[in-house]
Amino acid sequence: MSAELTAYSISLADDALVLGHRLSQWSSLGPTLEEDIALSNLALDLIGQARLFYTLAGQIEGKDRTEDDFAYFRDAGDFRNVLLVELPNSDFAHAMVRQLVYAAFAHPYLDALSRSSHSGLAEIAAKAVKEIAYHVRHSAEWVIRLGDGTDESRRRTIAALDALWPYVDELFEMDAGERSLVAAGIAPDRAAIRPVWDRTIDNVLREATLERPSQVAVARTGGRSGRHTSDLAAMLADMQVLARAHPGVTW
Amino acid sequence: MTDKTPMPLWEVFIRARSGLPHKHCGSVHAPDATMAVQAARDVYTRRGESVSIWVVPSAAIIASDPNEKDQLFEPTSTKAYRHPTFYDIPDEVGHM
Amino acid sequence: MYTQALNAKDASAGTRPEDTARLAVFQSTVDAEDKIEPNDWMPDGYRKTLIRQISQHAHSEVIGMQPEGNWITRAPSLRRKAALLAKIQDEAGHGLYLYAAAETLGVSRDELYEQLLSGKAKYSSIFNYPTPTWADIGIIGWLVDGAAIMNQIPLCRCSYGPYARAMIRVCKEESFHQRQGYEIMLTLCRGTPEQKAMAQDALNRWWWPVLMMFGPSDKDSMHSADSTRWKIKRFSNDDLRQKFVDATVPQGQFLGLTFPDPDLRLDEESGHWHYGEIDWSEFKRVVAGDGPMNKQRMAHRRQTEADGAWVREAAMAHAEKRRQRAAAARIAAE
Repeated sequence: MSAELTAYSISLADDALVLGHRLSQWSSLGPTLEEDIALSNLALDLIGQARLFYTLAGQIEGKDRTEDDFAYFRDAGDFRNVLLVELPNSDFAHAMVRQLVYAAFAHPYLDALSRSSHSGLAEIAAKAVKEIAYHVRHSAEWVIRLGDGTDESRRRTIAALDALWPYVDELFEMDAGERSLVAAGIAPDRAAIRPVWDRTIDNVLREATLERPSQVAVARTGGRSGRHTSDLAAMLADMQVLARAHPGVTW
Repeated sequence: MTDKTPMPLWEVFIRARSGLPHKHCGSVHAPDATMAVQAARDVYTRRGESVSIWVVPSAAIIASDPNEKDQLFEPTSTKAYRHPTFYDIPDEVGHM
Repeated sequence: MYTQALNAKDASAGTRPEDTARLAVFQSTVDAEDKIEPNDWMPDGYRKTLIRQISQHAHSEVIGMQPEGNWITRAPSLRRKAALLAKIQDEAGHGLYLYAAAETLGVSRDELYEQLLSGKAKYSSIFNYPTPTWADIGIIGWLVDGAAIMNQIPLCRCSYGPYARAMIRVCKEESFHQRQGYEIMLTLCRGTPEQKAMAQDALNRWWWPVLMMFGPSDKDSMHSADSTRWKIKRFSNDDLRQKFVDATVPQGQFLGLTFPDPDLRLDEESGHWHYGEIDWSEFKRVVAGDGPMNKQRMAHRRQTEADGAWVREAAMAHAEKRRQRAAAARIAAE
């Protein structure tokens, strides 16, 4: 079970790190100074969660791998994050819709994980769930304002929904390893989260006077098995460049 | 800039711990009250400074006129009988 | 400092004769170390000087996010990444507190942005230097923030209440910035020869520009007199610079680094570190807009402002819709 558990903790960390990294790229680009600060808060929450899940993965694995070994010394093909989080930033509507889509999933998911039979995972989830609750709230308020704001903001929000919708299903995918953890009472069942996600999203969209994308695009998946977009490789090349240029040193 | 209407300014008050009063700590720009609370949370409580936030539209604050400082606040300075030290109580009585 | 360009401009207190009595009250308040508050009468020159100083300081904080922002995505460990992001976020916060302080003087943040983007308002010359290596992040925390702290601590006692209060908050938050930077330098200097060389190279590039942060030498500084009388400024540029050099040189020696100044020596008699002549032509050039990164910094800021416009408009439009809906609901209920 330890290999599955390590892989699972890494995948939770990868989701958080990659999305946290994308949010960190908003620094000094926020639409207001207030929102610039808010975006960094979201990023810091996620980077913090990633560090905890990596460290736990290292402990479970028992090979002395640190958080930085996982973050800086794996290639894109070794990352297990969903594709949703690795898509490059575009505009603020894209950022808020993505945050809502992710957080509306992560919030009930982490809540369930906080009752995991694995105490290490449960502890991290209990801390993270409070952070993510605010992510839902903050992104929801923005999606409502952008959807029901000006023509331009509405157009951009609809475009973001269209662009991100194909990546939703992957949030609910589980491989054989994760299923075994579900059976053991360690990981929550992602399928059980879907109705909660649906409700959150539909409530926000209704208030935003928006609808789910009508054109059902083919679901895009592959992240959990290491088949990523080239954007992740580009992101990691930048992120890892300094650490890899000087392997083994302390920073 | 290109914005037609500037975002309103809000005054932010935070309660550091339960039992303490809300205290003015600064201001934020936000389009509405909900976003003002969120902005205040993100800007002014990053180091665990707060357990509660108030926001008030800056324009809604009515202030006393500094030019009337004398008539408003000066008269109280001569009314020492409002303070406990004005009264003489012998030491033998103890703390009162 | 963050407001160094101030020193090149005039700030005469253009007071009307009838203001003489009020001026006396104002000056006696300042002399008594009491605070001036937004609604209090103040001389025009005081107001103008404060708006210019506070807004330049705010602009410097906001523009100052960029040189370090260059390394958020490439920070070499997750611990460093989180610390750097939090530090840059603080700078946004400091800009925000300072803009708010300036707004109490009757100028809006939008107007201040306009002044920055049009080039009318200046920001600190230091942020026009590039950050090509990770050691620059260490140097900015250690030296740039160190220099800023020297300047900002006395500002906590500035005569203008909102500015002083903003500075107290800024100083409180800033205390981790310099330590963060010095820790990076220390780690590099105790690391591999390449890391140490990176640290030395950064010091070589930044030392002189950092000394310029304190502004022109006192003998060339235009209007310190008003600022001193108004208790906006408590120490002269040269005094603060000397204080900074005295505090910093031993820290650099502890790191085992060499300062790029052949004239640097301890004056046994005064106990101060004597430093060489500053190249003021470089300073003037960078303040005037011809530094290595001026154009990029302004272009980035302009892009941010332009990209955010539709978001701000949407938020305001939504607020207006809500107001109208609430009003309609009220009428319907009556």
